[in-house]
Amino acid sequence: MRHRLQFTAKKLFCMALLLLGVSLTAFLLMAASPLDPLQTNIGQAALGTMSPEQIAKLEEYWGVNTPAAERYLGWLGDVLRGDFGTSLLYRRPVLEVIGQRLRASLGVLVCAWVLSGVLGLALGVLAGANRGRWPDRLVRGYCLTISSTPSFWLALLLLMVFAVWLKVLPIGFSGPVGVESVSLWERLRHAFLPGLTLSVTGMANIALHTREKVIDVLGSDYVLFARARGERGILRRHVLRNVALPAITLQFASVGEIIGGSVLVEQVFSYPGLGQAAVAAGLGGDLPLLLGITVITAAIVFAGNLIADLLYGVVDPRIRRGAARG
Amino acid sequence: MRMNRRTGALALMIFACAVLLAVTLAGELASEPAGVTDFTRKNLPPSLAHLFGTDWMGRDMLERTLAGLSLSIRIGVLTAALSGAVALVLGTASAVFGGWVDALISWLIDLVLGIPHILLMLLISIACGRGTLGVTAGVALTHWPSLARLVREEVLQLKEATFLRAARRLGVSGGDVFVHHLLPHLLPQFLTGLILQFPHAILHEAGVTFLGFGLSPEQPAIGIILEESMGYLAAGRWWLALFPGLALVGVVALFALAGERLRLLLTPATAQE
Amino acid sequence: MEPILSVDRLSITFTRYGRGLSRVELPAIREVSLAVEPGQVTAVVGESGAGKSLLAHAILGLLPENARVEGTISYNGVPLTPERAEALRGREISLIPQGVTYLDPIMKVGQQLRRGRNDRSARARCRAALERYGLGPEVEERYPFELSGGMARRVLIACAVMDAPRLIVADEPTPGLDVKVAQRVLGHFRELAEEGAGVLFITHDLELACVVAHKVVVLREGRTVDEVPACCFQTGEGLSHPYSLALWRAMPKNGMEVSGL
Repeated sequence: MRHRLQFTAKKLFCMALLLLGVSLTAFLLMAASPLDPLQTNIGQAALGTMSPEQIAKLEEYWGVNTPAAERYLGWLGDVLRGDFGTSLLYRRPVLEVIGQRLRASLGVLVCAWVLSGVLGLALGVLAGANRGRWPDRLVRGYCLTISSTPSFWLALLLLMVFAVWLKVLPIGFSGPVGVESVSLWERLRHAFLPGLTLSVTGMANIALHTREKVIDVLGSDYVLFARARGERGILRRHVLRNVALPAITLQFASVGEIIGGSVLVEQVFSYPGLGQAAVAAGLGGDLPLLLGITVITAAIVFAGNLIADLLYGVVDPRIRRGAARG
Repeated sequence: MRMNRRTGALALMIFACAVLLAVTLAGELASEPAGVTDFTRKNLPPSLAHLFGTDWMGRDMLERTLAGLSLSIRIGVLTAALSGAVALVLGTASAVFGGWVDALISWLIDLVLGIPHILLMLLISIACGRGTLGVTAGVALTHWPSLARLVREEVLQLKEATFLRAARRLGVSGGDVFVHHLLPHLLPQFLTGLILQFPHAILHEAGVTFLGFGLSPEQPAIGIILEESMGYLAAGRWWLALFPGLALVGVVALFALAGERLRLLLTPATAQE
Repeated sequence: MEPILSVDRLSITFTRYGRGLSRVELPAIREVSLAVEPGQVTAVVGESGAGKSLLAHAILGLLPENARVEGTISYNGVPLTPERAEALRGREISLIPQGVTYLDPIMKVGQQLRRGRNDRSARARCRAALERYGLGPEVEERYPFELSGGMARRVLIACAVMDAPRLIVADEPTPGLDVKVAQRVLGHFRELAEEGAGVLFITHDLELACVVAHKVVVLREGRTVDEVPACCFQTGEGLSHPYSLALWRAMPKNGMEVSGL
């Protein structure tokens, strides 16, 4: 147990260090931008009509003249106190914006994450167990096609088929953002296509990796021996059990890909989620918001890795018992 | 002679390169007429005269697609090569120097992998002021980690290999060891990795451009074409999105397939099936 | 005595890629013939790369798909087709594999021995098999990584004797064991043969083979070069092939002379 705690503490420390690196990288990249936030947001024409005082006030608001180091340290100090600053575009606290957007995205993300994991695992096992035969060819063909397809184009196609052609689903998120009166049914209708796109694209990668793993296990000495002993149900008894371990890693590693995919997909469906907010913040030069989104998504990704590591310790007897023996 | 897997993979690779070259040349020729607007032929669905149809300004979509693909391919090749160079330098440095250099580079890899790809690309693109430079830098600087890891593993393995130690004992100079022993072992793996990067690079370039952080609307990029087509979806102009996307998928899938075949041949575990 | 297993001019070929784009046929085993009688230990001796493990896998019908097989393997006088091998594996024909990697790393030993059956008779037989080789009930609850080299080897032998097999194929079961443990393992093989089973003992170690086997078959580069009673290697008499003679001369008690190998 003590060993486990030490391991967790060490991992948490590494995670904090990485998050610091992420925030610094993101900040430096945004600070290095030659794009003038005033021009992008207010426009050259509007700026021309303003008095110097007004411009000075705006410059202060967008933080144009403060040195980068000072701004970063200030930001970091605030973050440690739980304040991610105020979004320049939405004029509300960053955490509030992220919280609201994340709530909108979370359902879609979690559904897509679970679906892509389960279906990817199933397809991968199917392909690996039938290596070289038609189920394998079919799954491999599917994976190759999907991984060569831009997710946003797939989203466009689905939109064309379901919303324009069949007219069974809405074309975009037409209801006003953040209005609570939207019914659950309406929400599901809006979330369906983004979720489908993310699941379909996410599972290709998981299926391919699972397939390789299944083939590895099927070629292993212990499966050969199990066959030599005339064992029945080798797939369930040996293959699935041994593939389950790397599947955990794969599943948690896919968190980042699902979030990244949502940035593009939400844009197509004009779904008011976290990804769309990231694009808006990027285009509008909203440094605090984009910084906040980057740090929080990175934290989610790292947390996923940590959970995978910890789960491994629980599931894999070599680590569970090995660690207990010191 | 029946084709075996090696000749098959080689033929596929040559075919993919030929297609690539043809599309690039065709795009070069098409980039001039692709910008020509003709309001007498607005919004035509696909026909024999205009295989991919025309858009709201009467531009021929086939020509626009070819021009866009050609641009995407050139950026894809450039970014794949750049990220390959980064991977080669960092991976080799990590393996050769070890110690804190290795730790730092490994940390950097974890860092880059921790931020979702697309977000990091957006950030880098913003830092470069978007545009062609932004998208090129963005894609090039996010795709190196996996390849760098591969290079690191390979070099580490080679460093321990007996024949290299023997060569060093025999007084062969470092440079000669690199050229005659390291490179021939590293090159196939590295090239395959590079070829497999290329489809990713094209897809991500299209994505970044689609979101408005890449090539400018004046350039005939696939990302731009698809972004514009969104506005005409509801009007039922399906051909604006379908064909350019399909063409992109075709080129990318061709390379992904050829790269995968090469990888299987070069991986010892699967080379002999 | 009627052999329980006879291998008649068995050849196994793989198709591999040569340099460049050409494909070459690579023979791994060439016209190997041998016989195993019940109650006897037959040793197959050959250096690594001589195709010994392939021989074992061929008998059990476990060759990879890209292998081409010629010649016949007969069990009890009837040709052993892949289907028949599948039906007999784990019932009448048992494999004793090389080492601990042949155990599922994340499954407890007891579960593996019982092959998923948990009824009382399976439990009892599992207990008895382990006990026979001096392994206590606590071993059933262990994972393979918690076994020592000697224990793992005994567990693998226990796996093979769970179902009273009539033919046992032991594939290099001794490397990495110290002499005492190895000798005990070899004693177990002799014991199994005395109970009436035919044992095919595959090894690279001629000396061990001579200690345990009744008959020695020498393989070189995939071919049978000699098939002689084990006692021939005591004196060197009756060895016809120059390779066997060279092997004999290279044995420690004969001065380890390696010339001519």
